[in-house]
Amino acid sequence: MALSTTASRRARETGPSGWLAVPALVFFLVFAIIPLGGVVALSFTKWDGLGEITFDGVASWARTLADPVTGNALWVTAKIMVFSYIVQTPISLLLGVFTAGRQKYRAVLAVLYFVPLLLSSAAIAIAFKALLDPNFGMGPGLGIPALAQDWLGNSDLVLFVVVFVIAWQFVPFHTLIYQGGVRQIPVSFYEAAQIDGAGRIQQFFNITLPQLKYTIITSSTLMAVGSLAYFDLIFILTAGGPGYSTRLLPLHMYLTGFKANDMGAASALGVILVVIGLALALLLQRLGGKNRSASQLEGA
Amino acid sequence: MNITKLRTAAATLCAGALAVTLAACGSAGPAGSAVSADSATMWGLTGGNESVLKKSIDSWNSAHSGETIKLDLFANDAYKTKVRTAVGAGQGPTFIYGWGGGVLKSYVDAGQVADLSDYLSQNPDVKDRYLPSVLQNGVINGKTYALPNNNAQPVVLYFNKDLFDKVGAQPPKTWDDLMALVPKFKAAGIAPFALGGQSKWPDLMWLEYLTDRIGGPQVFADIAANKPNAWSNPAVAEALTKIQQLADAGGFVNGFSSIAADSNADQALVYTGKAAMILQGGWIYQTLKRDAPDAIKSGKIAWTTFPTVGGGKGDPTSIVGNPSNFWSVSSKATDSQKKAALDYIKSGMFSDENTQGLIDSGAVPVVKGIESKLAASPDKDFLTFVYGMVKNAPSFTLSWDQALSPAQGDAMLANLDQIFLKKITPEQFVSTMNATIGK
Repeated sequence: MALSTTASRRARETGPSGWLAVPALVFFLVFAIIPLGGVVALSFTKWDGLGEITFDGVASWARTLADPVTGNALWVTAKIMVFSYIVQTPISLLLGVFTAGRQKYRAVLAVLYFVPLLLSSAAIAIAFKALLDPNFGMGPGLGIPALAQDWLGNSDLVLFVVVFVIAWQFVPFHTLIYQGGVRQIPVSFYEAAQIDGAGRIQQFFNITLPQLKYTIITSSTLMAVGSLAYFDLIFILTAGGPGYSTRLLPLHMYLTGFKANDMGAASALGVILVVIGLALALLLQRLGGKNRSASQLEGA
Repeated sequence: MNITKLRTAAATLCAGALAVTLAACGSAGPAGSAVSADSATMWGLTGGNESVLKKSIDSWNSAHSGETIKLDLFANDAYKTKVRTAVGAGQGPTFIYGWGGGVLKSYVDAGQVADLSDYLSQNPDVKDRYLPSVLQNGVINGKTYALPNNNAQPVVLYFNKDLFDKVGAQPPKTWDDLMALVPKFKAAGIAPFALGGQSKWPDLMWLEYLTDRIGGPQVFADIAANKPNAWSNPAVAEALTKIQQLADAGGFVNGFSSIAADSNADQALVYTGKAAMILQGGWIYQTLKRDAPDAIKSGKIAWTTFPTVGGGKGDPTSIVGNPSNFWSVSSKATDSQKKAALDYIKSGMFSDENTQGLIDSGAVPVVKGIESKLAASPDKDFLTFVYGMVKNAPSFTLSWDQALSPAQGDAMLANLDQIFLKKITPEQFVSTMNATIGK
């Protein structure tokens, strides 16, 4: 963060390098802004994916907002977001601090922790689906009755199973972010603290945690906004079921658009998704505080 | 930008998004020697008839180097989504694999599939080879848009004979028999019925048969014809109530709502002896034959018709399921692709080799005059059973999710899932579904 601040300051001083942003902007325009406009336009139409697109006023919006499934999808999304955050943040933070140490055994463990990062969501979903199968999965296979639950078929249990699998997939990623953050904290801070007689726990709360402020904000933004995009994993793991128990907003949008072929309503859901995502990202950046430009590092 | 351009652009975007998610599902077809970019393209399904179709296309391509066909295969659920988006974007295959019904009608309404009526009258031998009741499923508004391409797939009640012997029971003839079997099997630690509830469409087979047995085929015919409040027919609510009673009694295997039929885990429960019965399509015989050849050979797996319901109006020999699958020819294909497609339908499909291939795989082709071939097959018990079922049935109702429009079908499956989970009452189901009529 400090590096990029200095770099951009230097760039500003030496003259315009704005042209360098053009390729990225073009991609952003073509793949984000234009489709977004298309989605907004489609949300005011009626289209089944095959025939003519006809203007339909706010009918799709009225239908979408009146549908109890939409409300339920929002609620499920909120639950998954909050639970994922509560589960993932402490684990990734602690693992990140732990793996930031330079000891050899920590490096080995770190490599092991990062294995889930190498797997695609689809592979993870298929593997967990097989492991959690109530008849042929891990529980009956190992003969452990406690594991022989109907993990994915029980409406009350399934949400927590989904949160667990999401955590299994994404904790390594956030651990990596925290590991990098911790390694940037100058050693001299800890040396000074040691001289002052601070213990490990005091060091963690008084140095590590405050120094990680922006890392925490970055990781939280990715986690919160990312949970609006959980789709592939849940689609394969539960297909939104049983019933509507895990039909969260992105999945609801997909099923409305590509299974029920109601592109108007699906586009309305897409717009809702974008608005919520932007609002969340802005809110989290605000929480970052006003002294954003101030560096935390010595000498920068 | 005019509306057509907008539509193409939107459809292309959707197709792009889908291509990313579904690319992994496609598997390359046979690498025919002369398959080129302007070959006719064909999208089929994995499983069931996969190897028979591959073989048929391979031998067609080696004999017709000027009219080759490029075959791609997809998993069922992924295919249904992909093909529709591709057709909407003008990227569809020459041969569109389908089920007839409401989905076919939406293609016809959008002008995406070719009218084959003239072709049929010019080629009476093609028309005459089919069982007429099956051919009828490709007709929309009096014109033929789809031709049957494989086997009859009525829904059948399969059971594990060993387990019935173990508890000393007989296969159910009536609904009361069926309900009485539930505690018997449960006491022996066996699940009465396997069910692939996560896929949702296996749930539908229960509703289809029960409604037909209770109220006859007219109940669903009214629904499919979009008559107002057609779901309010008391037969529907009674069928749903019976389903919930069976679920309450513990009739379905533990965890049924997390079992996917696409992975064949539901049928595996039956041949591994964990569940006694399963209501499933005629097509699973082919996978059973492949996955559990010993259970088929030894006669451990047997089958029967769906039981009757006391006081019901329906004919006990009526059937539900898929009369066949169909090929439609894309109206957007080039002339040479269309010609290759029609030539293949005329002389490649249901050639002696192809028909025999289907029979060998454990399927009943929907063509006339195959009784002797069926009787000569090692699977003759099952094949003649299915053939007799289809030939003698007074009505063969197409699977409801295919017969209805996609929007109605999706709402129906989602709500039926809620019925099986006891999250809604039959009355709620009926009123929700009445609201979808005409959509």
